[in-house]
Amino acid sequence: MGKLLAVEVIYRGVFQKTLAKNITRGVVLAAHNEGKLGLSFGRYGDAPERNGIPAKSFAIVADDEQTLEAGMAQYEPKQVDVTVVLDDTLSKGTESWAWYGLQPVHHALKPGHTLIVLSLQDAPALLKSIHRRETPYKLGILKGVTNFSGMWVYKDDHTDVRVLGAIAKALPELVGLKAVEQFIAEKLKNELKVTSAVLAFDRFKTVEVKAGEGNPEDLPKFELLKWEDMRQGVSIKGQPQGGPYKNDVTREVGGFRPVRNELFKKYSTRTQRPVVNFKTCTKCTLCWLNCPDASFDVTPEGTYDANLEACCGCGICEDVCPVKDCITMVNESEFHDNKSQWEAFKKNQDAYLKWLEKTIKEAEPEEKRAHGFRYRGQYKEQVTEALEVAHKA
Amino acid sequence: MATLTLPVEEKKKVQEQEALITGAEAIAIACKLANVDVVTAYPIRPYDTVMQYISQLVADGEMDCEYIAAEGEHSQFEIVKHASVCGARVFCGSSGVGWMYAMEALTVTPALRVPMVAMVGNRALDDPGAFGVEHNDALAVRDLGWLLTWVDSAQEALDTALIAYRVAEDRRMFVPLALSCDGAFLTHSQALVKIPAAEQVKKFLPPYNRGDLLLHPDNVISVAPQANEDWVMEIRRQNYAVTERACDVIREVYADFEKTFGRKYGNPFFEEYLTEDAEVVLLGMGTMSTPVKVAVRKLREEGKKVGFVRLRWFRPFAGPEIAKCLERFKAVGVIDRDFSFGSPNLSGVVATEVRAAMYTGASTRPPVLGFICGLGGREVTVPDVEEITKSVFEAAKGKAQPLTQWIGLRG
Repeated sequence: MGKLLAVEVIYRGVFQKTLAKNITRGVVLAAHNEGKLGLSFGRYGDAPERNGIPAKSFAIVADDEQTLEAGMAQYEPKQVDVTVVLDDTLSKGTESWAWYGLQPVHHALKPGHTLIVLSLQDAPALLKSIHRRETPYKLGILKGVTNFSGMWVYKDDHTDVRVLGAIAKALPELVGLKAVEQFIAEKLKNELKVTSAVLAFDRFKTVEVKAGEGNPEDLPKFELLKWEDMRQGVSIKGQPQGGPYKNDVTREVGGFRPVRNELFKKYSTRTQRPVVNFKTCTKCTLCWLNCPDASFDVTPEGTYDANLEACCGCGICEDVCPVKDCITMVNESEFHDNKSQWEAFKKNQDAYLKWLEKTIKEAEPEEKRAHGFRYRGQYKEQVTEALEVAHKA
Repeated sequence: MATLTLPVEEKKKVQEQEALITGAEAIAIACKLANVDVVTAYPIRPYDTVMQYISQLVADGEMDCEYIAAEGEHSQFEIVKHASVCGARVFCGSSGVGWMYAMEALTVTPALRVPMVAMVGNRALDDPGAFGVEHNDALAVRDLGWLLTWVDSAQEALDTALIAYRVAEDRRMFVPLALSCDGAFLTHSQALVKIPAAEQVKKFLPPYNRGDLLLHPDNVISVAPQANEDWVMEIRRQNYAVTERACDVIREVYADFEKTFGRKYGNPFFEEYLTEDAEVVLLGMGTMSTPVKVAVRKLREEGKKVGFVRLRWFRPFAGPEIAKCLERFKAVGVIDRDFSFGSPNLSGVVATEVRAAMYTGASTRPPVLGFICGLGGREVTVPDVEEITKSVFEAAKGKAQPLTQWIGLRG
């Protein structure tokens, strides 16, 4: 048996679909220049993709046909040699819509291997989100603005080839830089892209992450039932209605919180989150009524607290809120927990409102990367914005 | 070499190309190469990938055909049925319950002698609405006169699609053909595929000639008139005659394929893997061949002489040849990616058919064990195959084994 190597690319459904596919195809075609064989495939359960929901694309590469066969006929490799994360907010975990549970981003990464994250943050900041694990690994950050586009458009900002350059540095036995350069020159026919790949290769560095280092949060665990223990007739039990709940800070009991599925969280879909000004809230109920995921808890005072375990960050609440700056969507990558905003507000109103003002100012997403395109022509505007960001950097 | 001096466009015509494509894409390219006239489409996973690729080829100006998005699977198959009777080479397909929704249209095509080629992206039947592979969808037409074939790689998908048109449109046949591809593992996985040159395909695949059955003002016929007990049995006998001829036609076409393209498939009906010195064999269809072959190699390293037979054609079922092949082993394990609830021995469809073929065709009758595995897209794993093989070896030693076992099941 020869060597079998696997790469997984974790990406935001729809927005990064073409990008992820270009990367895994690129890995296979570049490695083929070195005489290797390979396969590229998206995780079957992820399609049809939903906006922003975490999804995976894979490349497996082998020295010979028999070895390749050992890696085929699987939905996904059980272990991978490199994991690429195309949006740093995915560091908080991935929960695909064909539900396999909420998984840490390095779920399949072999011990000692490299996790590549596309981000503007540094390693200590990212490790507040990336879960701890029992084995060490390497973390490499590919500096860059997240590449988001839509179903029919592709933002060709060289992220694809920069990732290929980083992979060649992280795992040269999978594919060398020369083979990557050859692939880009022959198949993509773009010399500038060759330069981008070489620069990414030269600049790519990793830091060692020790066992136990990272976000200490424990992810929910679950058991798959035996056939004789499952309910019959393809039926599942529903959730009870819910009711008043106790605030941990004030010990007050009141309001309304629906009972939610403890295992199905949805927050890993979020690239932006709502922040709420409880002081200006007029209790009009619109956010609560319009939230497609029933993710607002009604506080004992009748205001609405976005429950960040359940919120998928769609931004509808911001759109329907009639009060200026009462609900504002801000950049998710600035946050590393899902704590209740209302509790923080109750603890110290002034401090909360100051924090809110600062957050809105600093964390309002500059490159508006979330949730694709809301209107025709938005892509054109984004090109200008992206250029500005690049110049500032 | 003369070809080296040709302009690029000319070279493309005579040279084989290599591309990284999915099984669905491979079939779309085969449709382009076969110069299909009418394509009907209605989306359902995993079949929908092929209609997407064909529409892309049409949009890019690479393929010229009538591409009709139907309002449902029933219409989808009705439209190509009519187009085919009027002399068009046609392509369509579906998956799972989509295929079942077209069932009325599927039942009428064999009697009307319509050589439509359909791709079935194998998918579990609802409920639950799973996307994964199960073979019960395509198998639902197994008694109706359709030809049914299963492939296990993108290359074989492309090649078999070309073979399919040659077989179905042969005047001795004129029956519909379903080309089955396992959902996900084949339809959605990109592999390196050799694409033959258009000129070669032209040599291999003559234009569709409906002859005296062409519905055309110059050939005045009426198709599908009402007929009752005076006629029906004779009509059925005509379709029966097709199945009598089918194996010979398929053999001929494969031989010609090999001559034209140089790729060898050997026995068209089934592939034998490491069977020469095998004591026991496993048998199955589709992409399960991959984990089974890996497991067979592993078991052989441990000194266990096991082989694998991958069935390519389920209809026609090459009974005598399969019986002759299997009689030489001490025991046979059939892996079914399907079910046939209430069948003899409660086994899957393939195991039941293999036993029937062995009863009449084999001089010795080794035990044939049935294994139900990989339903709803669950992976058939190497440990699953090892567990199956263990039981088959026990049967070979004469120890009684259950005739049907569920493998890879929780509980």
